[in-house]
Amino acid sequence: MSAASSPSTADLVALRLRSGGFDWQSYVLHGAMLLAMLLALGILLVLLADVAVKALPVLTQRPLDFLTSDLSSRPARAGIAQGLVGSLLLVLFVAFLALPIGVGAAVYLEEYARDTPITRFVRTNIRNLAGVPAIVYGLLGLAVFVTLLGLGEILVVGGLTLAILVLPIVVITTSEALRAVPASIREAALGVGATRWETVRNHVVPYAAPGILTGTILSLARAFGETAPLLMVGAVAGTFSVHGGLIEQLTGPYTALPTIVFNWAGQPQDEFRSLTAATIVVLVAVILLVNGTAILLRNRYDRRW
Amino acid sequence: MTIEAREAPLPGLGDAEIVFDVQAFSAYYGAFRALKEITFQIREHQITAIIGPSGCGKSTLLRGFNRMNDLVQSAHSEGHILYHGVDLYAPQVDPVEVRRRIGMVFQKPNPFPKSIYDNVAFGPRVAGYKGDMDERVEQSLRRAAIWDEVKDKLTTPGTALSGGQQQRLCIARAIAVEPDVILMDEPCSALDPVATLRIEELMHELKQNYTIVIVTHNMQQAARASDVTAFLTMGDDRAGYLVEMDTTDKIFTRPEHRLTEDYITGRFG
Repeated sequence: MSAASSPSTADLVALRLRSGGFDWQSYVLHGAMLLAMLLALGILLVLLADVAVKALPVLTQRPLDFLTSDLSSRPARAGIAQGLVGSLLLVLFVAFLALPIGVGAAVYLEEYARDTPITRFVRTNIRNLAGVPAIVYGLLGLAVFVTLLGLGEILVVGGLTLAILVLPIVVITTSEALRAVPASIREAALGVGATRWETVRNHVVPYAAPGILTGTILSLARAFGETAPLLMVGAVAGTFSVHGGLIEQLTGPYTALPTIVFNWAGQPQDEFRSLTAATIVVLVAVILLVNGTAILLRNRYDRRW
Repeated sequence: MTIEAREAPLPGLGDAEIVFDVQAFSAYYGAFRALKEITFQIREHQITAIIGPSGCGKSTLLRGFNRMNDLVQSAHSEGHILYHGVDLYAPQVDPVEVRRRIGMVFQKPNPFPKSIYDNVAFGPRVAGYKGDMDERVEQSLRRAAIWDEVKDKLTTPGTALSGGQQQRLCIARAIAVEPDVILMDEPCSALDPVATLRIEELMHELKQNYTIVIVTHNMQQAARASDVTAFLTMGDDRAGYLVEMDTTDKIFTRPEHRLTEDYITGRFG
Protein backbone atom coordinates (compact mmCIF):
# COMPACT_ATOMS: atom_id res chain seq x y z
CA MET A 1 0.00 0.00 0.00
CA SER A 2 2.61 2.57 1.01
CA ALA A 3 5.58 3.28 -1.15
CA ALA A 4 8.92 1.80 -0.08
CA SER A 5 10.56 5.23 -0.01
CA SER A 6 8.16 6.78 2.53
CA PRO A 7 9.16 5.94 6.12
CA SER A 8 6.78 3.85 8.18
CA THR A 9 5.08 5.24 11.30
CA ALA A 10 7.26 3.03 13.48
CA ASP A 11 10.41 4.48 11.95
CA LEU A 12 9.21 8.01 12.51
CA VAL A 13 8.29 7.29 16.12
CA ALA A 14 11.64 5.55 16.70
CA LEU A 15 13.41 8.63 15.36
CA ARG A 16 11.51 10.92 17.74
CA LEU A 17 12.03 8.70 20.75
CA ARG A 18 15.80 8.56 20.33
CA SER A 19 17.86 10.18 23.09
CA GLY A 20 18.98 13.76 22.55
CA GLY A 21 22.62 12.90 23.30
CA PHE A 22 24.87 12.16 26.25
CA ASP A 23 23.44 13.80 29.39
CA TRP A 24 26.83 14.83 30.87
CA GLN A 25 25.28 17.36 33.27
CA SER A 26 23.48 14.61 35.15
CA TYR A 27 26.64 12.54 35.38
CA VAL A 28 28.73 15.41 36.73
CA LEU A 29 26.11 16.35 39.29
CA HIS A 30 25.62 12.73 40.22
CA GLY A 31 29.36 12.31 40.80
CA ALA A 32 29.67 15.53 42.79
CA MET A 33 26.87 14.58 45.13
CA LEU A 34 28.26 11.09 45.65
CA LEU A 35 31.63 12.63 46.51
CA ALA A 36 30.03 15.01 49.03
CA MET A 37 28.25 12.12 50.70
CA LEU A 38 31.39 9.98 50.85
CA LEU A 39 33.37 12.89 52.27
CA ALA A 40 30.88 13.47 55.08
CA LEU A 41 30.71 9.78 55.86
CA GLY A 42 34.49 9.41 55.62
CA ILE A 43 35.24 12.19 58.09
CA LEU A 44 32.80 10.67 60.55
CA LEU A 45 34.31 7.20 60.15
CA VAL A 46 37.88 8.49 60.59
CA LEU A 47 36.87 10.34 63.75
CA LEU A 48 35.09 7.32 65.20
CA ALA A 49 37.93 4.97 64.27
CA ASP A 50 40.49 7.32 65.82
CA VAL A 51 38.49 7.51 69.06
CA ALA A 52 37.89 3.76 69.09
CA VAL A 53 41.59 2.97 68.66
CA LYS A 54 42.58 5.39 71.42
CA ALA A 55 39.91 3.92 73.67
CA LEU A 56 41.09 0.33 73.17
CA PRO A 57 43.57 0.15 76.10
CA VAL A 58 40.95 1.20 78.65
CA LEU A 59 38.07 -0.72 77.09
CA THR A 60 40.05 -3.96 76.84
CA GLN A 61 42.02 -3.87 80.08
CA ARG A 62 39.41 -2.68 82.59
CA PRO A 63 36.01 -2.29 80.91
CA LEU A 64 33.89 -2.98 84.01
CA ASP A 65 36.17 -1.17 86.38
CA PHE A 66 36.04 1.86 84.04
CA LEU A 67 32.25 1.92 84.02
CA THR A 68 31.87 1.39 87.78
CA SER A 69 34.67 3.52 89.26
CA ASP A 70 34.37 7.09 90.49
CA LEU A 71 36.27 10.03 89.10
CA SER A 72 39.90 10.14 90.17
CA SER A 73 43.00 12.17 89.51
CA ARG A 74 44.93 8.90 89.19
CA PRO A 75 44.32 7.56 85.68
CA ALA A 76 44.65 3.91 86.66
CA ARG A 77 41.69 4.20 89.04
CA ALA A 78 39.51 6.74 87.20
CA GLY A 79 36.05 5.70 85.99
CA ILE A 80 32.81 7.23 84.75
CA ALA A 81 30.22 5.73 87.10
CA GLN A 82 29.31 9.15 88.46
CA GLY A 83 28.96 10.51 84.95
CA LEU A 84 26.65 7.67 83.92
CA VAL A 85 24.47 8.16 86.99
CA GLY A 86 24.53 11.94 86.55
CA SER A 87 23.65 11.81 82.85
CA LEU A 88 20.87 9.29 83.48
CA LEU A 89 19.33 11.35 86.27
CA LEU A 90 19.62 14.53 84.20
CA VAL A 91 17.85 12.92 81.24
CA LEU A 92 15.11 11.50 83.47
CA PHE A 93 14.68 14.93 85.04
CA VAL A 94 14.42 16.49 81.58
CA ALA A 95 11.93 13.82 80.48
CA PHE A 96 9.63 14.37 83.44
CA LEU A 97 9.83 18.14 83.23
CA ALA A 98 10.14 19.10 79.58
CA LEU A 99 7.83 16.48 78.06
CA PRO A 100 4.58 17.29 79.89
CA ILE A 101 5.15 21.04 79.64
CA GLY A 102 6.30 20.90 76.02
CA VAL A 103 3.52 18.58 74.84
CA GLY A 104 0.95 20.61 76.78
CA ALA A 105 2.16 23.86 75.25
CA ALA A 106 2.05 22.35 71.75
CA VAL A 107 -1.47 20.95 72.24
CA TYR A 108 -2.62 24.36 73.44
CA LEU A 109 -0.99 26.18 70.53
CA GLU A 110 -2.26 23.79 67.86
CA GLU A 111 -5.67 22.74 69.13
CA TYR A 112 -6.97 25.54 71.32
CA ALA A 113 -5.24 28.88 70.71
CA ARG A 114 -6.95 31.16 68.23
CA ASP A 115 -4.82 32.49 65.42
CA THR A 116 -3.99 35.97 66.67
CA PRO A 117 -0.89 38.18 66.27
CA ILE A 118 0.12 37.16 69.80
CA THR A 119 0.01 33.41 69.12
CA ARG A 120 1.87 33.95 65.85
CA PHE A 121 4.50 35.91 67.79
CA VAL A 122 4.79 33.09 70.32
CA ARG A 123 5.09 30.44 67.60
CA THR A 124 7.85 32.35 65.79
CA ASN A 125 9.79 32.88 68.97
CA ILE A 126 9.62 29.26 70.03
CA ARG A 127 11.40 28.53 66.75
CA ASN A 128 13.94 31.25 67.58
CA LEU A 129 14.47 29.81 71.05
CA ALA A 130 15.31 26.43 69.53
CA GLY A 131 18.14 28.15 67.70
CA VAL A 132 19.65 29.91 70.71
CA PRO A 133 23.14 28.53 71.53
CA ALA A 134 23.21 26.13 74.45
CA ILE A 135 25.73 28.25 76.38
CA VAL A 136 23.10 31.01 76.65
CA TYR A 137 20.78 28.57 78.43
CA GLY A 138 23.71 27.77 80.71
CA LEU A 139 24.07 31.46 81.56
CA LEU A 140 20.33 31.67 82.16
CA GLY A 141 20.49 28.68 84.49
CA LEU A 142 23.43 30.21 86.35
CA ALA A 143 21.71 33.58 86.73
CA VAL A 144 18.24 32.31 87.65
CA PHE A 145 18.60 28.96 89.43
CA VAL A 146 22.06 29.21 90.98
CA THR A 147 22.29 32.90 91.84
CA LEU A 148 18.76 34.34 91.96
CA LEU A 149 17.01 31.35 93.52
CA GLY A 150 20.15 30.32 95.41
CA LEU A 151 19.75 26.63 94.65
CA GLY A 152 23.50 26.15 94.31
CA GLU A 153 25.37 23.98 91.87
CA ILE A 154 23.31 20.82 92.23
CA LEU A 155 21.97 18.21 89.84
CA VAL A 156 18.43 19.60 89.95
CA VAL A 157 19.73 22.88 88.57
CA GLY A 158 21.48 21.06 85.74
CA GLY A 159 18.23 19.22 84.99
CA LEU A 160 16.18 22.41 85.03
CA THR A 161 18.63 24.11 82.68
CA LEU A 162 18.64 21.21 80.22
CA ALA A 163 14.84 21.00 80.40
CA ILE A 164 14.53 24.64 79.37
CA LEU A 165 17.08 24.01 76.63
CA VAL A 166 15.07 21.20 75.00
CA LEU A 167 11.61 22.63 75.71
CA PRO A 168 11.37 24.55 72.40
CA ILE A 169 12.42 21.44 70.48
CA VAL A 170 9.73 19.38 72.20
CA VAL A 171 7.11 22.05 71.43
CA ILE A 172 8.12 22.27 67.77
CA THR A 173 8.23 18.51 67.10
CA THR A 174 4.96 17.96 68.96
CA SER A 175 3.31 20.80 67.01
CA GLU A 176 4.42 19.23 63.76
CA ALA A 177 3.12 15.81 64.79
CA LEU A 178 -0.26 17.33 65.74
CA ARG A 179 -0.46 19.25 62.49
CA ALA A 180 0.10 16.02 60.56
CA VAL A 181 -3.24 14.70 61.87
CA PRO A 182 -5.73 15.71 59.14
CA ALA A 183 -8.52 18.17 59.91
CA SER A 184 -11.02 15.58 58.66
CA ILE A 185 -10.31 13.44 61.73
CA ARG A 186 -11.12 16.34 64.04
CA GLU A 187 -14.30 17.03 62.07
CA ALA A 188 -15.26 13.35 62.28
CA ALA A 189 -14.96 13.34 66.07
CA LEU A 190 -16.63 16.71 66.59
CA GLY A 191 -19.32 15.67 64.09
CA VAL A 192 -20.58 12.86 66.33
CA GLY A 193 -20.81 15.23 69.26
CA ALA A 194 -17.40 14.95 70.90
CA THR A 195 -16.11 17.98 72.77
CA ARG A 196 -12.82 19.51 71.77
CA TRP A 197 -11.09 17.83 74.71
CA GLU A 198 -12.57 14.40 73.83
CA THR A 199 -11.39 14.90 70.26
CA VAL A 200 -7.88 15.83 71.34
CA ARG A 201 -7.59 13.12 73.99
CA ASN A 202 -9.11 10.21 72.05
CA HIS A 203 -7.95 10.99 68.55
CA VAL A 204 -5.55 13.81 67.80
CA VAL A 205 -2.91 13.12 70.48
CA PRO A 206 -2.98 9.29 70.15
CA TYR A 207 -2.59 9.54 66.37
CA ALA A 208 0.24 12.05 66.78
CA ALA A 209 1.90 10.02 69.55
CA PRO A 210 4.52 8.26 67.37
CA GLY A 211 5.71 11.61 66.03
CA ILE A 212 5.65 13.18 69.49
CA LEU A 213 7.60 10.24 70.90
CA THR A 214 10.23 10.32 68.17
CA GLY A 215 10.76 14.04 68.53
CA THR A 216 11.02 13.92 72.29
CA ILE A 217 13.43 10.98 72.30
CA LEU A 218 15.67 12.92 69.92
CA SER A 219 15.49 15.93 72.21
CA LEU A 220 16.49 13.73 75.16
CA ALA A 221 19.51 12.56 73.16
CA ARG A 222 20.34 16.22 72.65
CA ALA A 223 20.14 16.84 76.41
CA PHE A 224 22.31 13.77 77.00
CA GLY A 225 25.10 15.16 74.82
CA GLU A 226 25.08 18.81 75.95
CA THR A 227 28.23 20.05 77.67
CA ALA A 228 28.35 23.82 77.68
CA PRO A 229 25.26 24.64 79.79
CA LEU A 230 26.27 22.07 82.41
CA LEU A 231 29.70 23.68 82.75
CA MET A 232 27.94 26.99 83.42
CA VAL A 233 25.70 25.60 86.12
CA GLY A 234 28.42 23.76 87.92
CA ALA A 235 28.72 20.15 86.81
CA VAL A 236 31.85 19.07 88.66
CA ALA A 237 35.05 18.83 86.66
CA GLY A 238 37.29 17.39 89.36
CA THR A 239 36.59 14.65 91.84
CA PHE A 240 33.72 14.49 94.30
CA SER A 241 31.76 11.95 96.24
CA VAL A 242 28.10 11.74 97.10
CA HIS A 243 26.80 9.29 99.63
CA GLY A 244 23.16 8.50 100.17
CA GLY A 245 19.99 8.00 98.22
CA LEU A 246 18.20 9.74 95.38
CA ILE A 247 17.56 12.96 97.30
CA GLU A 248 21.27 13.33 98.06
CA GLN A 249 22.07 12.62 94.43
CA LEU A 250 19.62 15.23 93.20
CA THR A 251 20.72 17.93 95.64
CA GLY A 252 24.45 17.20 95.67
CA PRO A 253 27.33 17.92 93.32
CA TYR A 254 27.08 16.06 90.06
CA THR A 255 28.72 15.47 86.72
CA ALA A 256 27.74 14.12 83.31
CA LEU A 257 29.51 12.18 80.58
CA PRO A 258 30.14 15.17 78.26
CA THR A 259 31.52 17.13 81.21
CA ILE A 260 33.94 14.31 81.98
CA VAL A 261 35.08 14.26 78.35
CA PHE A 262 35.67 18.01 78.48
CA ASN A 263 37.60 17.73 81.74
CA TRP A 264 39.78 14.73 80.92
CA ALA A 265 40.65 16.06 77.48
CA GLY A 266 42.40 18.93 79.27
CA GLN A 267 44.46 16.73 81.62
CA PRO A 268 48.23 16.72 81.02
CA GLN A 269 48.87 12.99 81.69
CA ASP A 270 48.94 10.80 78.60
CA GLU A 271 46.84 8.10 80.24
CA PHE A 272 43.84 10.43 80.16
CA ARG A 273 43.86 10.36 76.33
CA SER A 274 42.63 6.79 76.42
CA LEU A 275 40.17 7.50 79.24
CA THR A 276 38.70 10.43 77.28
CA ALA A 277 38.34 8.30 74.17
CA ALA A 278 36.68 5.51 76.13
CA THR A 279 34.18 7.97 77.63
CA ILE A 280 33.41 9.31 74.15
CA VAL A 281 32.78 5.77 72.94
CA VAL A 282 30.27 5.20 75.77
CA LEU A 283 28.60 8.57 75.13
CA VAL A 284 28.30 8.01 71.38
CA ALA A 285 27.06 4.46 71.91
CA VAL A 286 24.26 5.65 74.20
CA ILE A 287 23.25 8.44 71.81
CA LEU A 288 23.24 6.07 68.83
CA LEU A 289 21.12 3.64 70.82
CA VAL A 290 18.61 6.35 71.73
CA ASN A 291 18.43 7.75 68.19
CA GLY A 292 18.12 4.25 66.78
CA THR A 293 15.20 3.58 69.08
CA ALA A 294 13.55 6.78 67.88
CA ILE A 295 13.97 5.80 64.23
CA LEU A 296 12.62 2.31 64.88
CA LEU A 297 9.57 3.75 66.64
CA ARG A 298 8.97 6.15 63.81
CA ASN A 299 9.15 3.46 61.16
CA ARG A 300 7.04 1.09 63.19
CA TYR A 301 4.16 3.48 63.79
CA ASP A 302 4.40 5.72 60.76
CA ARG A 303 0.85 6.46 59.66
CA ARG A 304 -0.18 7.47 56.18
CA TRP A 305 -3.43 9.34 55.72
CA MET B 1 -37.90 39.81 69.84
CA THR B 2 -39.02 36.21 69.67
CA ILE B 3 -38.70 34.16 66.56
CA GLU B 4 -41.63 32.06 65.47
CA ALA B 5 -41.75 29.31 62.93
CA ARG B 6 -43.75 30.43 59.95
CA GLU B 7 -47.10 28.75 59.51
CA ALA B 8 -47.69 28.46 55.82
CA PRO B 9 -46.01 25.39 54.30
CA LEU B 10 -44.35 25.88 50.97
CA PRO B 11 -46.57 24.60 48.19
CA GLY B 12 -45.94 21.07 47.01
CA LEU B 13 -43.61 20.11 49.82
CA GLY B 14 -46.10 18.19 51.91
CA ASP B 15 -47.17 18.93 55.44
CA ALA B 16 -44.57 16.91 57.34
CA GLU B 17 -43.17 18.63 60.38
CA ILE B 18 -40.58 21.30 59.73
CA VAL B 19 -37.16 20.27 61.05
CA PHE B 20 -35.12 23.24 59.87
CA ASP B 21 -36.59 26.64 59.30
CA VAL B 22 -33.87 28.73 57.70
CA GLN B 23 -34.61 32.43 58.07
CA ALA B 24 -32.55 34.96 56.12
CA PHE B 25 -29.37 33.05 56.93
CA SER B 26 -26.16 34.71 55.79
CA ALA B 27 -22.69 33.30 56.35
CA TYR B 28 -19.39 35.12 56.22
CA TYR B 29 -15.74 34.17 56.16
CA GLY B 30 -14.09 37.31 57.42
CA ALA B 31 -15.40 40.10 55.21
CA PHE B 32 -16.44 37.73 52.43
CA ARG B 33 -20.11 36.86 52.32
CA ALA B 34 -20.52 33.23 51.29
CA LEU B 35 -24.30 33.00 51.69
CA LYS B 36 -26.86 35.74 51.24
CA GLU B 37 -30.14 35.64 53.16
CA ILE B 38 -31.11 32.04 52.53
CA THR B 39 -34.69 31.26 53.48
CA PHE B 40 -36.23 27.82 53.16
CA GLN B 41 -37.53 24.89 55.15
CA ILE B 42 -36.54 21.27 55.53
CA ARG B 43 -39.15 18.71 56.52
CA GLU B 44 -39.06 15.53 58.49
CA HIS B 45 -38.34 12.18 56.82
CA GLN B 46 -37.55 13.75 53.51
CA ILE B 47 -34.32 13.79 51.58
CA THR B 48 -33.51 17.35 50.70
CA ALA B 49 -30.84 17.86 48.05
CA ILE B 50 -28.89 21.09 47.84
CA ILE B 51 -27.46 21.60 44.36
CA GLY B 52 -25.61 24.42 42.68
CA PRO B 53 -22.34 25.37 41.01
CA SER B 54 -18.98 25.11 42.78
CA GLY B 55 -18.37 27.87 45.28
CA CYS B 56 -22.01 28.84 45.70
CA GLY B 57 -21.95 28.00 49.41
CA LYS B 58 -23.72 24.62 49.45
CA SER B 59 -21.28 23.13 51.93
CA THR B 60 -21.25 26.29 54.02
CA LEU B 61 -25.04 26.08 54.27
CA LEU B 62 -24.92 22.39 55.18
CA ARG B 63 -22.27 23.03 57.82
CA GLY B 64 -24.48 25.78 59.16
CA PHE B 65 -27.02 23.14 60.22
CA ASN B 66 -24.69 21.52 62.78
CA ARG B 67 -22.55 24.54 63.60
CA MET B 68 -19.51 22.99 61.96
CA ASN B 69 -18.57 26.43 60.64
CA ASP B 70 -17.83 27.41 64.24
CA LEU B 71 -14.53 25.59 63.77
CA VAL B 72 -13.45 28.13 61.17
CA GLN B 73 -12.12 31.05 63.14
CA SER B 74 -13.09 33.76 60.65
CA ALA B 75 -16.63 32.42 60.12
CA HIS B 76 -19.73 34.11 61.44
CA SER B 77 -23.36 34.25 60.46
CA GLU B 78 -26.49 36.36 60.48
CA GLY B 79 -30.13 35.35 60.45
CA HIS B 80 -31.49 32.20 62.02
CA ILE B 81 -31.70 28.48 61.55
CA LEU B 82 -34.53 27.15 63.68
CA TYR B 83 -34.30 23.48 64.56
CA HIS B 84 -37.73 22.27 65.71
CA GLY B 85 -38.40 25.91 66.52
CA VAL B 86 -35.18 26.56 68.46
CA ASP B 87 -32.58 28.94 67.07
CA LEU B 88 -29.35 26.94 66.64
CA TYR B 89 -27.37 30.17 66.87
CA ALA B 90 -28.86 31.35 70.14
CA PRO B 91 -26.11 32.06 72.67
CA GLN B 92 -27.20 29.36 75.14
CA VAL B 93 -27.09 26.60 72.51
CA ASP B 94 -24.13 24.23 72.90
CA PRO B 95 -22.71 23.20 69.49
CA VAL B 96 -21.65 19.83 70.97
CA GLU B 97 -25.28 19.06 71.81
CA VAL B 98 -26.32 20.26 68.35
CA ARG B 99 -23.92 17.83 66.68
CA ARG B 100 -25.18 14.92 68.75
CA ARG B 101 -28.62 15.40 67.21
CA ILE B 102 -27.53 16.51 63.77
CA GLY B 103 -24.96 14.08 62.43
CA MET B 104 -22.70 14.53 59.45
CA VAL B 105 -21.14 12.42 56.72
CA PHE B 106 -18.26 14.06 54.91
CA GLN B 107 -17.12 14.28 51.32
CA LYS B 108 -14.07 12.11 51.78
CA PRO B 109 -14.61 9.01 53.93
CA ASN B 110 -12.84 9.78 57.20
CA PRO B 111 -12.91 6.74 59.48
CA PHE B 112 -10.73 6.92 62.56
CA PRO B 113 -7.56 4.80 62.30
CA LYS B 114 -9.07 2.51 64.92
CA SER B 115 -11.06 -0.70 64.81
CA ILE B 116 -14.40 -0.78 63.00
CA TYR B 117 -16.05 -1.38 66.37
CA ASP B 118 -14.37 1.63 67.99
CA ASN B 119 -15.26 3.82 65.03
CA VAL B 120 -18.95 3.19 65.66
CA ALA B 121 -18.75 3.07 69.46
CA PHE B 122 -16.94 6.40 69.85
CA GLY B 123 -20.05 8.57 69.44
CA PRO B 124 -22.23 6.67 71.93
CA ARG B 125 -19.29 6.53 74.35
CA VAL B 126 -18.76 10.27 74.47
CA ALA B 127 -22.52 10.74 74.64
CA GLY B 128 -22.43 8.69 77.85
CA TYR B 129 -24.42 5.73 76.46
CA LYS B 130 -24.74 3.15 79.22
CA GLY B 131 -26.61 0.38 77.41
CA ASP B 132 -25.34 -2.63 75.49
CA MET B 133 -22.61 -1.22 73.27
CA ASP B 134 -22.24 -4.41 71.18
CA GLU B 135 -25.90 -4.20 70.30
CA ARG B 136 -25.69 -0.51 69.43
CA VAL B 137 -22.69 -1.11 67.19
CA GLU B 138 -24.36 -4.02 65.41
CA GLN B 139 -27.59 -2.15 64.94
CA SER B 140 -25.79 0.90 63.52
CA LEU B 141 -23.73 -1.20 61.14
CA ARG B 142 -26.88 -3.05 60.04
CA ARG B 143 -28.73 0.18 59.35
CA ALA B 144 -25.77 1.40 57.33
CA ALA B 145 -25.98 -1.82 55.28
CA ILE B 146 -22.42 -2.85 56.02
CA TRP B 147 -22.90 -5.38 58.86
CA ASP B 148 -22.64 -8.48 56.69
CA GLU B 149 -19.37 -7.30 55.21
CA VAL B 150 -17.65 -6.46 58.50
CA LYS B 151 -19.28 -8.64 61.17
CA ASP B 152 -16.32 -11.06 61.17
CA LYS B 153 -13.64 -8.37 61.32
CA LEU B 154 -14.86 -5.78 63.79
CA THR B 155 -11.37 -5.45 65.25
CA THR B 156 -9.65 -4.58 61.96
CA PRO B 157 -8.97 -0.89 61.33
CA GLY B 158 -11.75 1.03 59.61
CA THR B 159 -9.12 2.51 57.32
CA ALA B 160 -8.48 -0.96 55.81
CA LEU B 161 -11.92 -1.04 54.16
CA SER B 162 -12.63 0.01 50.58
CA GLY B 163 -13.76 3.57 49.90
CA GLY B 164 -17.44 2.67 49.61
CA GLN B 165 -17.31 0.55 52.75
CA GLN B 166 -15.50 3.32 54.59
CA GLN B 167 -18.27 5.75 53.69
CA ARG B 168 -20.94 3.33 54.92
CA LEU B 169 -18.90 2.89 58.10
CA CYS B 170 -18.94 6.68 58.48
CA ILE B 171 -22.71 6.59 58.04
CA ALA B 172 -22.91 3.88 60.72
CA ARG B 173 -20.77 6.07 62.97
CA ALA B 174 -23.14 8.98 62.42
CA ILE B 175 -26.21 6.79 63.08
CA ALA B 176 -24.75 5.31 66.26
CA VAL B 177 -25.47 8.44 68.30
CA GLU B 178 -29.11 8.17 67.16
CA PRO B 179 -29.32 11.59 65.59
CA ASP B 180 -32.45 13.17 64.27
CA VAL B 181 -30.90 14.52 61.08
CA ILE B 182 -28.04 13.30 58.89
CA LEU B 183 -26.19 15.88 56.84
CA MET B 184 -24.27 14.53 53.86
CA ASP B 185 -21.66 16.64 52.13
CA GLU B 186 -21.16 15.12 48.67
CA PRO B 187 -20.91 11.66 50.24
CA CYS B 188 -20.35 9.88 46.94
CA SER B 189 -17.88 12.16 45.23
CA ALA B 190 -14.96 9.85 46.08
CA LEU B 191 -16.83 6.64 45.24
CA ASP B 192 -17.35 4.55 42.13
CA PRO B 193 -20.86 4.19 40.58
CA VAL B 194 -21.59 0.86 42.28
CA ALA B 195 -20.69 2.17 45.74
CA THR B 196 -22.62 5.36 44.92
CA LEU B 197 -25.76 3.38 44.14
CA ARG B 198 -25.46 1.49 47.42
CA ILE B 199 -25.25 4.75 49.36
CA GLU B 200 -28.29 6.08 47.51
CA GLU B 201 -30.29 2.95 48.31
CA LEU B 202 -29.16 3.28 51.89
CA MET B 203 -30.33 6.90 52.03
CA HIS B 204 -33.73 5.76 50.82
CA GLU B 205 -33.97 3.28 53.70
CA LEU B 206 -32.62 5.75 56.25
CA LYS B 207 -35.23 8.37 55.51
CA GLN B 208 -37.84 6.23 57.33
CA ASN B 209 -36.03 7.13 60.55
CA TYR B 210 -34.04 10.24 59.77
CA THR B 211 -34.26 13.52 57.98
CA ILE B 212 -31.51 13.74 55.39
CA VAL B 213 -29.95 16.79 53.81
CA ILE B 214 -27.47 16.09 51.03
CA VAL B 215 -25.19 18.39 49.10
CA THR B 216 -24.36 16.99 45.70
CA HIS B 217 -22.66 17.97 42.50
CA ASN B 218 -24.30 15.11 40.72
CA MET B 219 -27.56 16.07 39.01
CA GLN B 220 -28.60 12.46 38.47
CA GLN B 221 -28.01 11.75 42.12
CA ALA B 222 -30.21 14.63 43.19
CA ALA B 223 -32.88 13.56 40.70
CA ARG B 224 -32.73 9.89 41.72
CA ALA B 225 -32.32 10.13 45.45
CA SER B 226 -34.03 13.23 46.80
CA ASP B 227 -37.61 14.27 47.49
CA VAL B 228 -36.99 17.97 47.55
CA THR B 229 -34.30 20.00 45.79
CA ALA B 230 -32.96 23.42 46.59
CA PHE B 231 -30.98 25.18 43.90
CA LEU B 232 -28.37 27.70 44.96
CA THR B 233 -26.24 29.86 42.76
CA MET B 234 -24.08 32.90 43.29
CA GLY B 235 -24.34 36.47 42.22
CA ASP B 236 -21.63 38.78 40.96
CA ASP B 237 -20.46 39.31 44.55
CA ARG B 238 -19.87 35.52 44.75
CA ALA B 239 -22.36 35.27 47.60
CA GLY B 240 -24.58 32.22 47.26
CA TYR B 241 -28.36 32.66 47.25
CA LEU B 242 -31.36 30.40 46.87
CA VAL B 243 -32.87 30.48 43.41
CA GLU B 244 -35.71 28.07 43.99
CA MET B 245 -36.74 25.10 46.01
CA ASP B 246 -39.42 22.60 45.15
CA THR B 247 -40.12 18.92 44.85
CA THR B 248 -37.29 17.23 43.01
CA ASP B 249 -39.75 16.14 40.38
CA LYS B 250 -40.80 19.70 39.63
CA ILE B 251 -37.27 21.15 39.75
CA PHE B 252 -36.06 18.65 37.20
CA THR B 253 -39.09 18.79 34.88
CA ARG B 254 -40.71 22.21 35.21
CA PRO B 255 -38.36 24.60 37.03
CA GLU B 256 -39.74 28.09 37.63
CA HIS B 257 -36.49 29.89 36.97
CA ARG B 258 -34.37 30.14 33.90
CA LEU B 259 -31.19 29.81 36.03
CA THR B 260 -32.37 26.48 37.42
CA GLU B 261 -33.24 25.17 34.02
CA ASP B 262 -29.88 26.22 32.60
CA TYR B 263 -28.07 24.55 35.46
CA ILE B 264 -29.87 21.21 35.43
CA THR B 265 -29.62 20.95 31.67
CA GLY B 266 -25.89 21.63 31.82
CA ARG B 267 -25.85 25.01 30.14
CA PHE B 268 -24.29 26.55 33.22
CA GLY B 269 -21.94 25.63 36.05
